[in-house]
Amino acid sequence: MGIIKTDKLVFEYIRRDEEGNVEGITRAVDEVDLDVKQGDFIAILGHNGSGKSTLAKHINAILYPTEGTVWVDGMDTQDESRLWDIRQEAGMVFQNPDNQIIGQVVEEDVGFGPENMGVPTKEIWERVEESLKAVGMYEYRKHSPNKLSGGQKQRVSIAGVIAMHPKCIILDEPTAMLDPNGRKEVVRAVRALNDVEGITIVLITHYMEEIIHADMVFVMDKGHIAMEGTPREIFSRVEELKELRLDVPQVTLLAYELKQSGMDLPDGILTIEELTEALAAKYEVM
Amino acid sequence: MIRDITLGQYYQADSVIHKLDPRVKLTATLGFIISLFVVQSWIGYVAAAVFLAVVIKLSKVPFGYMVKGMKAIVFILMITVVFNLFLTPGEPLVTLWKLTITKEGARTAAMMAVRLSFLIVGSSVMTLTTTPNSLTDGLEKLMRPLKIFKVPVHEVAMMMSIALRFIPILLEETDKIMKAQIARGADFESGNLIKKARAMVPLLVPLFISAFRRANDLAMAMEARCYRGGENRTKMKPLQYKGRDRIAYGVLFAYFAGCVLIRVYL
Repeated sequence: MGIIKTDKLVFEYIRRDEEGNVEGITRAVDEVDLDVKQGDFIAILGHNGSGKSTLAKHINAILYPTEGTVWVDGMDTQDESRLWDIRQEAGMVFQNPDNQIIGQVVEEDVGFGPENMGVPTKEIWERVEESLKAVGMYEYRKHSPNKLSGGQKQRVSIAGVIAMHPKCIILDEPTAMLDPNGRKEVVRAVRALNDVEGITIVLITHYMEEIIHADMVFVMDKGHIAMEGTPREIFSRVEELKELRLDVPQVTLLAYELKQSGMDLPDGILTIEELTEALAAKYEVM
Repeated sequence: MIRDITLGQYYQADSVIHKLDPRVKLTATLGFIISLFVVQSWIGYVAAAVFLAVVIKLSKVPFGYMVKGMKAIVFILMITVVFNLFLTPGEPLVTLWKLTITKEGARTAAMMAVRLSFLIVGSSVMTLTTTPNSLTDGLEKLMRPLKIFKVPVHEVAMMMSIALRFIPILLEETDKIMKAQIARGADFESGNLIKKARAMVPLLVPLFISAFRRANDLAMAMEARCYRGGENRTKMKPLQYKGRDRIAYGVLFAYFAGCVLIRVYL
């Protein structure tokens, strides 16, 4: 069993009217089976309302399954006695950078998690220092979070999670509210954590460029897992992605269109370099 | 930019007073205020003035900042002085038409004025030299004994510090909503008071909704980071008394004892 495993996970939102009678049931997550290995970089894609955020909240035990089971590092999320262990091992970064920073100074915010866990003062300082260095925000430790850019704030949030020494981090659309530069900053920081520290990453997003480096990609639609595979496999299925209302990176789309019009190119080209190389090899114009 | 506003009125400087433990400063402010009511004679006020002057000098905060706090209470001060001046019975000093200024009245009015201004300046010293954050920390620690009476001390302190963190964010949001509503033809400027108050509704409703949404998000983020109240929580920056704090307590005690002695013997 991997670090995160779900078995036939179902979650239903129940809408009630004023008297508390059930008005309707929405299945946000429908029989999802996931198995994530320690150290993997997993991306979950999907347009709005596909159930990807709901799935993420199950891994951190914020929501509990209606049916099925979720295990984090072998612990059942419905076992209340392990609740805080689960939340420590599976850290979560949310979408809005302003609404998840508690401290009034960067370093105090990063120390918030360890404080809650009852870590001794001296060790808190060590953890804060190492986690701020891991995301490249150490020189901002005395700043007020209000004066940072969106990308910087999100990096502080990530540092706040790392300071709790989690085995995996779930990022729920961490870049949705950021500008392109901020997005790059955050994705770079997340990749470094995966490469250097070996932390398992679950990145939830609807930006295709961010998942190119993932080990595995899951595409969600209406609560189901609609597609799964490596980024290359996923991106070679352009038509299916279009049906799921997802955009393909521009180069991939260009390569796809070229291939459609008769050019002989490999499937699932992900970067500009790959395409230029493939074209150069084809026509020997280097 | 609106995000750059300083909260409260903290004045950044590197002084002994700034470095003191917030608990010392809170106790000292309370002690100083009580001392103003203990002393009744001019000698006592001279002692208070000397004490205050030394503290201000040590704090390295320009005197102008101290007096700024006075502006807010000028009106109250005037009323107190005028009432005391004319309405205290006693030996008449000057008579203007039907109003009489008595000797006792003049004395009480002057004392009241001194007392009130010292009170304001004294508490300004505290707010100017302590960040809102450490003030909350200090209050939390000082109020800890109240836990026996089931007062949720930690929770209140946490709420205060979160409120402080969100003030600039909500201010910026207010600004944004205001601009959005003005762009759609809302008018916040003209009309009488009632009309102006009514014009605030399209501003306040979205602001409240957004504040609730933020609160919801924040609560989730805090829980995701293992927040579970004050139990078994450690502190990154625990408050610890140092040598200078003990000296400050000593000085405070000496001053207070002096005030009591002045009251009893002079």
